Amino acid sequence: MAQIFHRSANTLSRVTIFGAIFIAGFILWVIGGIVRSPYFTNQGVQREQAVPFSHQHHVGGLGIDCRYCHTSVETSSFAGIPPTSTCMNCHSQIWTNAAVLEPVRQSFASGQSLQWNRVHRVPDFVHFNHSIHVAKGIGCASCHGRVDRMNLVYQATPMTMEWCLSCHRNPEKFVRPRDQVFNMDYVPVNQKQLGPQLVKQYNIRKLTSCSTCHY
Amino acid sequence: MATPKDTTPVQEIRPTTQELRIPERFIPTPTIEPGHNFATITDHISSIVLRRKTPVGWFIGLLIAMGGVGLLSVSISYLVGKGVGIWGINHPVGWGMDIINFVWWIGIGHAGTLISAILLLLRQDWRTSINRFAEAMTLFAVASAGLYPALHTGRPWYDYWLFPYPNTMGLWPQFRSPLMWDVFAVSTYATVSLLFWYVGLIPDLATLRDRARNLWIKRVYGMFAMGWRGSARHWHRYEHAYLLLAGLSTPLVLSVHTIVSFDFAVAQIPGWHATFFPPYFVAGAVFAGFAMVLTLAIPARKFFRLEDFITMKHLENMGKILLATGLIVVYAYAMEWFYGWYSGNPFEIYMLKNRSTGPYMSMYAALWICNGLAPQLMWFKRFRTSTFWLFVVAMFVNVGMWLERFVIIPASLHRDFLPSSWGMYHGTFWDWSMFIGSIGLFFALLFLFVRILPMISIFEMRTLLPEAQAHTEEEGAH
Amino acid sequence: MSDDNKLDFQQFRERVGDLRGKEYWRSLEELSRSEVFDEFFQSEFPQQALPLEKGVDRRDFVKLMGASVAMAGLTACRAPNETIIPYVNQPENLIPGRPLFFASAMPLGGYATGVLVESHMGRPTKIEGNPDHPSSLGASNSFQQASILGLYDPDRSQVVRRAGEISTWSEFVAALQPLLSAARTNGAGLRILTQTITSPSLGAQIQQMLTQYPGARWHQWEPVSGDNAREGARVAFGGYANVIYDFTKANVVVSLGSDFLSEGPAHLRYARDFSARRRVRQGDARPMNRLYAIEASPTNTGSVADHRFPVRPSEIESWARQVLAALGGAAAVPAADATPATPVAPQAMARDLAANRGASIVIAGEDQPPAVHALAHALNSALGNIGSTVLITDPVEVAPVNQLESIRQLVTDMNAGAVQTLVILGGNPAFDAPADFNFGGAYQKVPFRAHLSLYYDETSMLSHWHIPETHYLETWGDGRGHDGTVSIIQPLIAPLYNGRAASEVIGALVGGLDATPYQAVRNYWFGRGATEATWRQWLHDGLINGSALPARGATGAPPAVSTMDTVGAPQDGLELIIRHDPTIYDGRFANNAWLQELPKPNTKITWDNVMLMGPGTAEDLGFGGRERDPLVNERRTRMAELQHGNVRMELPVWVLPGHAEGAVTIFYGYGRRQGGEVATVKGPGFDTYPFRRSTTMHGGPGATVTMRSGSVYPIACTQEHQSIDPKIVGDRNIVRAATFAEYQTNPGFAHQGHHAEFELSDASMYPPFQYTGHAWAMAIDTTLCTGCNGCVAACVAENNISVVGKEEVVREREMHWLRIDRYFKGDPGNPEIYHQPVPCMQCENAPCEPVCPVAATSHSEEGLNDMTYNRCVGTRYCSNNCPYKVRRFNFFHYADYDTPALKPMRNPDVTVRTRGVMEKCTYCVQRINHARIEAAKQDRRVRDGEVVTACQQACPTQAIVFGDMNDPGSGVAQLKKEPTNYALLGELNTRPRTTYLATIRNPNPELAAAAAAGKAEAH
Repeated sequence: MAQIFHRSANTLSRVTIFGAIFIAGFILWVIGGIVRSPYFTNQGVQREQAVPFSHQHHVGGLGIDCRYCHTSVETSSFAGIPPTSTCMNCHSQIWTNAAVLEPVRQSFASGQSLQWNRVHRVPDFVHFNHSIHVAKGIGCASCHGRVDRMNLVYQATPMTMEWCLSCHRNPEKFVRPRDQVFNMDYVPVNQKQLGPQLVKQYNIRKLTSCSTCHY
Repeated sequence: MATPKDTTPVQEIRPTTQELRIPERFIPTPTIEPGHNFATITDHISSIVLRRKTPVGWFIGLLIAMGGVGLLSVSISYLVGKGVGIWGINHPVGWGMDIINFVWWIGIGHAGTLISAILLLLRQDWRTSINRFAEAMTLFAVASAGLYPALHTGRPWYDYWLFPYPNTMGLWPQFRSPLMWDVFAVSTYATVSLLFWYVGLIPDLATLRDRARNLWIKRVYGMFAMGWRGSARHWHRYEHAYLLLAGLSTPLVLSVHTIVSFDFAVAQIPGWHATFFPPYFVAGAVFAGFAMVLTLAIPARKFFRLEDFITMKHLENMGKILLATGLIVVYAYAMEWFYGWYSGNPFEIYMLKNRSTGPYMSMYAALWICNGLAPQLMWFKRFRTSTFWLFVVAMFVNVGMWLERFVIIPASLHRDFLPSSWGMYHGTFWDWSMFIGSIGLFFALLFLFVRILPMISIFEMRTLLPEAQAHTEEEGAH
Repeated sequence: MSDDNKLDFQQFRERVGDLRGKEYWRSLEELSRSEVFDEFFQSEFPQQALPLEKGVDRRDFVKLMGASVAMAGLTACRAPNETIIPYVNQPENLIPGRPLFFASAMPLGGYATGVLVESHMGRPTKIEGNPDHPSSLGASNSFQQASILGLYDPDRSQVVRRAGEISTWSEFVAALQPLLSAARTNGAGLRILTQTITSPSLGAQIQQMLTQYPGARWHQWEPVSGDNAREGARVAFGGYANVIYDFTKANVVVSLGSDFLSEGPAHLRYARDFSARRRVRQGDARPMNRLYAIEASPTNTGSVADHRFPVRPSEIESWARQVLAALGGAAAVPAADATPATPVAPQAMARDLAANRGASIVIAGEDQPPAVHALAHALNSALGNIGSTVLITDPVEVAPVNQLESIRQLVTDMNAGAVQTLVILGGNPAFDAPADFNFGGAYQKVPFRAHLSLYYDETSMLSHWHIPETHYLETWGDGRGHDGTVSIIQPLIAPLYNGRAASEVIGALVGGLDATPYQAVRNYWFGRGATEATWRQWLHDGLINGSALPARGATGAPPAVSTMDTVGAPQDGLELIIRHDPTIYDGRFANNAWLQELPKPNTKITWDNVMLMGPGTAEDLGFGGRERDPLVNERRTRMAELQHGNVRMELPVWVLPGHAEGAVTIFYGYGRRQGGEVATVKGPGFDTYPFRRSTTMHGGPGATVTMRSGSVYPIACTQEHQSIDPKIVGDRNIVRAATFAEYQTNPGFAHQGHHAEFELSDASMYPPFQYTGHAWAMAIDTTLCTGCNGCVAACVAENNISVVGKEEVVREREMHWLRIDRYFKGDPGNPEIYHQPVPCMQCENAPCEPVCPVAATSHSEEGLNDMTYNRCVGTRYCSNNCPYKVRRFNFFHYADYDTPALKPMRNPDVTVRTRGVMEKCTYCVQRINHARIEAAKQDRRVRDGEVVTACQQACPTQAIVFGDMNDPGSGVAQLKKEPTNYALLGELNTRPRTTYLATIRNPNPELAAAAAAGKAEAH
């Protein structure tokens, strides 16, 4: 009886049968990678802004404190975006006719708000509160990265839930002294020993209940 | 071509027996009518697929079934687009026909594995002519069943959260949930049944490959035959693989429906929260499964003239199993009453009172008639050996088992603990369209199966022949 | 809500006022108000202006976009791009992300009740009661809670209309001028029609107008007018008077068809005072008060009464007379043939009252005839209550009149052609005026008709000019509470829909065009000695201290009862009772979906009005128990034709146990033909105003009802007539009750039921979890719950709970997180009625948790049973396994993501749920977290009372107590120690954190036996 398949069919079938397993595994691995990539997390994605405000210049260069603009970070869930008037505090004196600042002056004159493109966003079913994190000794840089070195601000961390939990499950790894919270270049010295001590001192709890953030 | 009718041996045997004055009933009904040899079996079965002209009835049947599939796809699109609100579910009845049908189909899916695996291990050779068919039925039933858990969720596009996989949420599923167990139980069952069925098919696929005329058909069958040549080595490995799978799937027969029953037994609703649910459900599943096999086998047998292979002995045995499992189920119904009375638990007592006299009492009565009374006919050989009555009883059981799930699920939920939140459940158009659609899907697959694959295991039928007995003896020896 | 917030923010508030003043001048220079307002709006409130106009969202808005939950799945979790829009000049004391609270007052029926309004970034989102206000004491009712939806309601009228065509305010003012000059010359022909007015400033304006146009007349009309009370008081005290009751001093209360616990301007206060005398606690020797209710159709007040006598309306008077006679009261003439249900009862009541002279109250219902009111006053004076428990003050209204006569006069004049100009300030007379007046017809004879109202309604359609009215949260004003206390109504937001206040229309009439509502109110009070300091103080407090009206001395001679016109002897045949709807009032709230979906007290019907009757009457009419299994919630009923006078109408029949036999009750307010989609399409109901003629304002004898066979009508009822009769449902010990006497001998009665030995046992396979931190818990005193729905409405407002509509409620899919279960016990003719609020029990062994395959519901370390919406896939297994059935599933996409006007209304601290997810009561976890964070920032524990759940805050009787069980000092910890404290279905060992205090009632021992007989007879 005539052969209906070429000899190679044997090898081919073997390869496919065993290969299938690895291919499936590979695909899963790729998906796992993609969902953690900036494509989904927006980590490191710079957003164009109406006014090219440089934190590098204002924070790194001029050493303005975070709270000068983000006034409600210690009192409210929302850190606060400065009103135009805050910009004009200085820029009514300096760079009074710089072209880049035209939108700011425009806004101040017309009463039309500036519109900034949101960089750090958590989903709407997540209720994040800045004030408590600051109060418990979590530094700005811990989540927002070295803003003082960013020309245009980008999201420095993935901000996925597993990322949140990495700290909520082990706060001692990230907590810093309260007076260092707004210090951009704070580098922990033997966190292993300091961390647990601060956790105790600030009586920080490992809040991992769902309703800590989701309600 | 030679059909059994005009083969002479029949006339040769019968007279001798009559001379010996042996009463009819002592002559064992054979598992294969005499007068067959390897060639006739192979011819007869393979020809259904390869030679014979496709009967018009088949096309009509497939067309109707496909209509059902169409209805199903419409229902599913509407469901996903609109939400589960299109069904009749509400507070307090969170599960309706979605879960009823799921359990019903899963139950039907049991006969296959049971017949194939357990009867194989028990060396019940009468199984050979129906196992292929039953396994196919199992697969298609599980396919239909699988639709429901997947689609009954409020947000089906998140169903994948039920699988444990490393994710960006840093979360695992809730392993304590019976639904979680279902995911594993059902998927395992489906996989093993598929393998079992496929492995069993390989030699026959080879046969078809060899007998097919058209090169492309040869190729296709060949591809799935995976180069089967029927060498001793092949047979040796095959036997091992088949036995292993049989051993593997035997516990599954018990596990699947046991775990399905946990969905209810683990919950605390009166009417769900009972320790005897696992055996009760397994028995019920076998009950339903065999009923469905009969429902399908009897017409198929007529239609494809397979009386010689699916003999009265098969049907009769299935009738007996129907009776046995039916009695277990009835026992379970009785136990519910005993529990209610013995526990003295007011909620249990009221649940039973509500079942038997409440708004769904007609359902409950019908359930008793279908599952309690109808199978009792099987005590009598006259009914057991009548295809008509077997079919009627089987149909009753099919309906009865659906009613059983209805009585368990909505009829228990609609009046639980606080009278203030009592309600009613009525299936809507979309509940029924999903159900009818899934039946359509089931039959569509079945029709395709009988057309393109041998619905009876050719090589296993061969082993039933006297010529083959010696061969099997040897097999048993080493 | 720290005080300084409220105080300092006044400057900002005033800037708003001043600004509005300034731009108002501009608006005269052909500037349409809306444009100017956009400008002003964006300069001061960019966050809230933009979303409304341009649909741009700040994060707090996007929080509301729960859609992203669904989108997350479909668009594979890619975050949408958003913009942040900061202020240009950020107002001081406004911290983005933190709410501010302002004191204001909500007027209803003319009377103002103090409220505190929560404001997020300039958007009012929630109403609470004002603890300092005498009519509220911090409690709030469903009308106040739902008024937030009323504010944002997109169906509100948004433009000035002239004969239906879009026009402008300035054109209206222009059109007025010739008429006014005419009126000045000949004086006559100018009429204004208002509702009841207690506002001093508006009253003064109207007086000014009347002096300016001597021929002008002022008419008043309000369907729920209180005319009877006024006339009764006039008969009793020889002149209009306002009567205030002090329930804290009353040991015995007799209600003559009065629902004082949930109706009238003072009901919140009365409920609080009344409950203060019913709170039974360990080591508290004070005896309970006792309430007798003599009423026809069951009210909330009747449902908690210690003795409830269902009698036909016409019998109430003879009851009162018999009691009076028994007391030897002045010249009581008992109606000869009056034979009340139980002759012994009035005697016993009289003895009980006599034993509590000066410490009892007899109170008559709003819709009782004047004679009954007068009798009540006579009884009170005979008992020496006047001056102690009953205080008489001058009327609170600016100009108390008999409103029926007032509108009768107006209609007569209109028909006589004596009215040239009619300006209607609020109200909807074309819909709700007495039917026989045919107001609409007469109205159309008036040459110039202007109507100011929130909606473009039935009356607006017949008017030449329609002016959109401002909501009370949008404008300045003032008003008096039930005791005359004055509150300044301050706006929380600039008018959303270009509305105008009544004072502005009056201003246009008198020519004071420069007066904005702000200036009108401010000038009035500054004219009466207000200073900047006091003004701020008033705004901060929400009331003017000491502005309550002084009580008159007890009137010497008790009123002459004999001179009263009596209702006359009870007649045969059915008596008709016409009441205003309990949730949509007189129809003014018909477009408020929250109120439409609120289950009506006792019937638990939503979205409809029905004809109530007792079981016996129903049986006689051929609509018996066999018609429908009272245990099955079939949610449909049959129609019957009601005829009264020459009016016939088909209405759905509803059998209500406890309803007096021989009488039927219908409710008015439904059947709106114009005025919003909800009112006219979603919840149409039946217009029963035709039955309400000047002679039958509250019904009357001679009604006939004939069943319509076959015709079936769907009813969206959330709870059927479930009984707790052991014979029917088995002994489940759901509601546990005893008399006060029984309680004193056996305080532990609540734990001697079936399976009680298993209750709260620690039996578990696993070691119990140690709650080291807080352990949140709730205790609900079922003795105090009156079933008023305040908590349910508050929950809806606080938690962004979706409205599902009548069809879905019929399908048993209502979404309320908190429901008030109502059970009947005993004889259907006069059953005991029990209310049991059921939120999530927050079980420690929660049956819902282990069954969720994705762990979307799990336990927090503070004992909360968390529900994580965004994790839920919607298997509904948790709901199936919940013994209390408190979980609610979004079968469809119930939440409204599209209507822009509704977005600013939502509570930004609570996720709006999407389709296919489960939701349930969270113990207001957003409030818990807020308190916990604030406490943690100060390194301290959350104090007791720092977390107040929405339901607890609203409850007028303080039946709901929430707190930390681990804090032994907390109120809830105390209540858990009470012997009457029990767990619902405790034998299931769910260990619920929400427990109940058993119901204790205080029947008159003398009547205990007689009452049973009474029931039998009433049956």
